[in-house]
Amino acid sequence: MNIKMNLFQKIGQYLILMGRVFSKPERWSIYRKRIVVEMESLGVNSIGIVAIISVFIGAVLTLQMSLNLDNAFIPPYLIGYATRESLVLEFSSTIVALILAGKVGSNIASEIGTMIITEQVDALEIMGINSASYLMLPKIVAAMLFFPFLTILSIGIGVVGAYMIITFNPSIMSMDDFLTGLRFDFEPLYIWYSLIKTVIFAFIITSISGYYGYYTKGNSLEVGRASTKAVVSSCITVLIFNLLITQLMLT
Amino acid sequence: MITVNNIFKCFEGRTVLNDISAQFQTGKTNLIIGQSGSGKTVLLKSLVGLHQVDSGDIFYDDINFSALSFKDKKQIRQHVGMIFQGGALLDSSTVEDNIMLPLNLFTNQSLEEKRERVNFCLKRVNLENVNSMYPAELSGGMIKRVAIARAIVLNPKYLFCDEPNSGLDPKTSIIIDNLIHEITHEYNITTVINTHDMNSVMEIGETVMFIFEGKKWWCGNKDDILNSDNKELNDFVFASSMAKRAKAFKL
Repeated sequence: MNIKMNLFQKIGQYLILMGRVFSKPERWSIYRKRIVVEMESLGVNSIGIVAIISVFIGAVLTLQMSLNLDNAFIPPYLIGYATRESLVLEFSSTIVALILAGKVGSNIASEIGTMIITEQVDALEIMGINSASYLMLPKIVAAMLFFPFLTILSIGIGVVGAYMIITFNPSIMSMDDFLTGLRFDFEPLYIWYSLIKTVIFAFIITSISGYYGYYTKGNSLEVGRASTKAVVSSCITVLIFNLLITQLMLT
Repeated sequence: MITVNNIFKCFEGRTVLNDISAQFQTGKTNLIIGQSGSGKTVLLKSLVGLHQVDSGDIFYDDINFSALSFKDKKQIRQHVGMIFQGGALLDSSTVEDNIMLPLNLFTNQSLEEKRERVNFCLKRVNLENVNSMYPAELSGGMIKRVAIARAIVLNPKYLFCDEPNSGLDPKTSIIIDNLIHEITHEYNITTVINTHDMNSVMEIGETVMFIFEGKKWWCGNKDDILNSDNKELNDFVFASSMAKRAKAFKL
């Protein structure tokens, strides 16, 4: 019963906070500048980790497919096809979102949490600024605008990873088969599905992490706890929404 | 003038503010003193609306602040400056951006005008050539000065200071106290200062309110303190042997 109440309280608190976040900003020009800053902080600074993970996952996926689909009844180009579909449908949207929940989510929760315990948020409120909106709205908008680019980048770099492993180890499969597979039965809806998921995940990660940061109480230990809770809750919510969106869009 | 009528504030069943009534005069430095945990900070945060009082009224001149909506409180807060214990400067912004933030949000001044105002405020607190520095690069005294500059940038009618000289050496403390005192008289501000620093009380205590266990225990000015026979006040003010000797010498 307590757990349920706690969950409902948190959802209520989260919705009230979102009401404040999406209220009319004091001045749009300030928010526009902050959105650009947050794009750099949350998006551009995540390109490195997304690129590194994508190139290795692309390579490993191809390697795994070639090992497990080594069957006379399965045409070799299906390895390229399966690699592309895995990258587009799940890896570059969902798995990258989970990675970003760790990187970006903990960053947001600890930044806002530290601002809370050092009274920086109180200082904003005293100045007559809607602190929830000022701190969270630019992050949410920046992530929703930039994360789709990270997804596209991840798909591209994943394919490059697959290309590289075949180049270095031609015994896996022929490059022609791989390229045929890459182009085989391409469904543009899957790209849209992946990008729509990414936008929703971006909102989930930034808003939930912002929520945990904003309701931090106490000291630096609590900032650490808020950061952990933000990552865990964001990941779970991303997985739940992944299921729902897939059910809605692809079935 | 700020008037407080019979305010009560409880946290989890514990009464922190117990029937406090007071008047804080315009153009004077009004000090609230008391032991750690006596309710000083809760009172100050209640005055500015960061805590909602359980009962009682807070008047800013003729306006009942405690009865205002969130939106109307925001209007009042544009006339309020506050200096927090740790300065509460935004870590991610430079000194100039910190001071300029209220100007950006609530005025239509050009960048040149805003820079001029920022430099004027910095000069007023005896700081120059620190515009591009970040809070982490400043000393404790400099942080407090920048916080004062930010608090006065919009020409506030009300100034609140939460232990403005905590963590500072005695000489810097007196400089900060005198600065607040001068600014109060210069701009005819209603200034409320929370402190447990006796040097501050003796330097700038034009009106002094002593809080003991959440109650208003004593009220007077810095000269009255020396002649008071209130036991709790004497125990607090003349706790050190040096203060006891100073009182005996004075009497």
